[in-house]
Amino acid sequence: MKEIGELVLPEDVRYAEDHEWAKQNGKTIRIGISDYAQDQLGDIVFVELPQTGDVLAKGDEFGTVESVKAVSELYMPLGGKIAAVNAALEDAPEKVNDAPYTDGWMIEVEAEDPGEFNLLMDKKDYLKMLKGSAP
Amino acid sequence: MNETVGTNGLIFNEPLLWEKGAAGRTGFSMPRRDVDNAPVDENLAGEGPDFPDLSEVDLVRHYMRLSQWNFSVDTGMYPLGSCTMKYNPKTNERQAALPGIAGAHPLLPEALCQGTLQLIHELSDSLCRITGMDAVSLQPAAGAHGELTGMLIIYAHHVAKGKKRSKILIPDTAHGTNPASASLCGFASIPLASNEKGILDPATLAELMDEDTAGIMVTNPNTLGLFEENITEVAKIVHDKGGLVYCDGANMNALMGQVNMKDSGVDLLHLNLHKTFSTPHGGGGPGAGPVCVTKALEPFLPVPRVVEENGRYAFSWDHPQSVGKLHAFWGNFGILVRAYSYIRSMGGENLKKASQLAVLNANYIKERLKGTYHLPYDRPCMHECVFTDKHQQAHKVSTLDIAKRLMEYGFHPPTVYFPLVVSGALMIEPTETECKADIDRFIEAMKAIDAEAKENPDLLHDAPKIPKVRRLDEVAAARKPCLKD
Amino acid sequence: MRYLPHTEAEIEEMLQAIGVKSLRELFSPVPESCCTLTHLDLPEPFTEWELDRHMQALAGTTAVSPDYKVFLGAGSYEHHIPAAAAYVLSRGEFVTAYTPYQPEVSQGTLQAIYEYQTLVSRLLGMDVANASMYDGASALAEALLMAIRMTRRGKVALSAAVHPLYRKVVETYLAPTGYEIVELPFGENGRTDLSGLDGAGELAAVAVQSPNFFGCVEDLQAAAAAAHQDEKTLFIVGFTEPLAYGLYKNPGSQGADISCGEGQSFGIPRSFGGPGLGMFAAKQKCLRQMPGRLIGKTTDAEGKRGFVLTLATREQHIRREKATSNICSNQGLCATSAAVYMAALGGTGIRQLARLNYDKSEYLKRSLAGAGISIPFSAPTFNEFVADFGDGFEGAWKRLLEKKIVAGLRLARFFPEMKDRYLLCATETHAKEDLDALVKEVSS
Repeated sequence: MKEIGELVLPEDVRYAEDHEWAKQNGKTIRIGISDYAQDQLGDIVFVELPQTGDVLAKGDEFGTVESVKAVSELYMPLGGKIAAVNAALEDAPEKVNDAPYTDGWMIEVEAEDPGEFNLLMDKKDYLKMLKGSAP
Repeated sequence: MNETVGTNGLIFNEPLLWEKGAAGRTGFSMPRRDVDNAPVDENLAGEGPDFPDLSEVDLVRHYMRLSQWNFSVDTGMYPLGSCTMKYNPKTNERQAALPGIAGAHPLLPEALCQGTLQLIHELSDSLCRITGMDAVSLQPAAGAHGELTGMLIIYAHHVAKGKKRSKILIPDTAHGTNPASASLCGFASIPLASNEKGILDPATLAELMDEDTAGIMVTNPNTLGLFEENITEVAKIVHDKGGLVYCDGANMNALMGQVNMKDSGVDLLHLNLHKTFSTPHGGGGPGAGPVCVTKALEPFLPVPRVVEENGRYAFSWDHPQSVGKLHAFWGNFGILVRAYSYIRSMGGENLKKASQLAVLNANYIKERLKGTYHLPYDRPCMHECVFTDKHQQAHKVSTLDIAKRLMEYGFHPPTVYFPLVVSGALMIEPTETECKADIDRFIEAMKAIDAEAKENPDLLHDAPKIPKVRRLDEVAAARKPCLKD
Repeated sequence: MRYLPHTEAEIEEMLQAIGVKSLRELFSPVPESCCTLTHLDLPEPFTEWELDRHMQALAGTTAVSPDYKVFLGAGSYEHHIPAAAAYVLSRGEFVTAYTPYQPEVSQGTLQAIYEYQTLVSRLLGMDVANASMYDGASALAEALLMAIRMTRRGKVALSAAVHPLYRKVVETYLAPTGYEIVELPFGENGRTDLSGLDGAGELAAVAVQSPNFFGCVEDLQAAAAAAHQDEKTLFIVGFTEPLAYGLYKNPGSQGADISCGEGQSFGIPRSFGGPGLGMFAAKQKCLRQMPGRLIGKTTDAEGKRGFVLTLATREQHIRREKATSNICSNQGLCATSAAVYMAALGGTGIRQLARLNYDKSEYLKRSLAGAGISIPFSAPTFNEFVADFGDGFEGAWKRLLEKKIVAGLRLARFFPEMKDRYLLCATETHAKEDLDALVKEVSS
């Protein structure tokens, strides 16, 4: 497991409390899980994602991510309609481990309320949160 | 310890069945054909499956070699918490193989199967006497099957009272089958936190218990190996709001001849015959999970029941409130026979002794290892105790590494990473059939491994090296599942 | 007692090491109010030899061959089990092994069950088979629940020609869920009447059994086509006699999405109805929704082939309340038994044995018909079939019991309208002279 100092935390994304990240991607918002999350999970073997067209609210479960011994739910950091899902993850779930912010992206959302994006944490606050909960 | 005890025996590299054999070989004595070939509808006739052809020699060698790759109770000790891997008596196998038992068809007319019906009746009676409960169904085929039956009974009870309830309280130490069984009945599982002593707290429970809660599923002793000391208060709180108390009886091996489950407030419980009652695990079953209930819940038991009148035994189907049927026939009868043989061989005093010695063994291990391994709850335990890898983590050695190294000392690892409330848990249940010498050897092995963790942690990270295979790539197995050839 | 190794001296030593004075003191956490059962009122223990005599007496009262000629099937079948099979299955390393959670010391069980999964998939013509469910009945219930989960529809259609006790189990499993079961009747030929599907609405699954309870082989192609008219609906083919697929086209080739049933015929003694073996197989698309354990092939740290439990995140110990099922223990040794049996028979042998079984029951059927007994269902059968013995046969049936012949299963027990109809089963274990004797007795 990585030390907090070793984590990759890009400046240009926002972070949610359950470790999803969100980034503006033109008209939609791209979402995935942070380096901290993938490191905690270990080798990811399967990612279950919603269908395009599904409409979910902030806090709703949009999928799950599985390692060999554990399953974690994924929660919407903001509400909206699913515009796209990363189909590449079906055959290569390891992309989430290897490149959580780029090739390992999970869904793209047409935000219902753009204001919800601004409520997410920036890197500084996310780091603070991680340090606060570190054993 | 100078040398590891683990096997260095001749380990054959035996291929898969279809990698051997030759077309036309046979391992089966085809019965004599004394009738003519009858015409077969061509539209329905198929080609038959692609099975390999093997001789009897191929067959026997294949399975003999495979068997030698397995650890088993007959080989050595399995200190698996909550599994009760006690010795499986061989006379039980002899009884189950008797022609009048193995060859009995389940739908024989009752007059022609009085012996098998008698066995069901007597075993049911014995289990009532052992648990203090009033009535039993032997139909469920496993513990989880018994839990499902219990949930169905709870559901039916509330429906009969005129009000469906939607929730079941489940302690955070519960086995995964508990919430899964509750879900199968449409109940929502509400988690109940244990207190800092590792047991259920009446105050916490009282806050959550309401009239939409159908009941609670407790395990007693719980999966931390601790007796739920507040059980009668817990039961009262649940009963006062009209709920029922279900007990997961997987840990019954601690309590035979010690506790009256009914008096402790339990309304229904399941037993695992393949744990407490010595029937073998078979590499993952078959087991049996009888359900015991109080008189009030007896009408809901699955059908058929077995009744006795003037020495004659019969099935009884007329129970309108019964939850129905869980198994195609009457349950895993072959397993019931083994449990019956065990109980008839032990008798009441020895069953009580078995529980006492199981608890003795666990407490002995707890005392002797608590200086070496971190003990999260330093209190008297029942038949199992829980340690963690906290001390060894300082050397970057985990519970997993300890487990893999223990194999090379000739022991199966304890239960690991369960219960979930304890990080890096090592749950140890020796059972009463392990003698002091073997337990001392186990303790020495655990201490040796702790020393290795300090001096040579890589030895543990690379373990095991002696068995047929090293650590396996479970990630690849899950990412690209290959489930057949 | 030979299973309790502790000596008094050892107990003393251990009590001292713990710091308590007596075994009783170890139970101090248990409140007094619960301790009212300190004497277990059970019979005096038997010696091993007394147990032998007791059990022999008990077992001696059951009607079994060769003493009795039992023509019963209905979900439990008499087949010869080779001595070699019984021998290898008695190995303590198979019998007394735990679930293979620690794969390095469980490769025997893991490879044996991987082989079982492979053989079952080939037998049924399906993509993937699990490591077993409890029996054919609970397997069917779980298959229906799986279809409901996958399609998110709350209604299933179930043929009335499925084993009546299986249907009862399905009803029990579905009772608290509110899901609806539409019953498909059977027709005069003994097969499911698929017209029952018209107007049934959106179904999660259509389930038939083949051969069905009456021994009749269903028209699986037609049933599959009817079920798949709605592309979301799953087609489930159950069975109680897998030997039929040594002769007939398998469910996978006929369009089944899930095939599940009872594997007891394959090397498992009848044992008064249990333990059995719930065979369960499905198409690849169903994989992640499948209940039960799965064993997968992989490699170890040195690149050697090995086997592990896999896809465990479907199961209760990880997914808990969201698991695909609550199943934990399955029927491990029974699955191993079935694999050993299939390996002993081989591809050539299973075709021969299936054909022999078919011919035996056809011989019985033709002989009875020749003696004037009515055979009401015209559909092709396997191993068992329905005979109508005419009015008042009950008395004759009872007289036959005294002659140590169990002439089939009285169907009125499950189908009250079927007075005088009996389900007769003949396998490779029934000799021609026994079949002839039965015909002679019932036609006189």
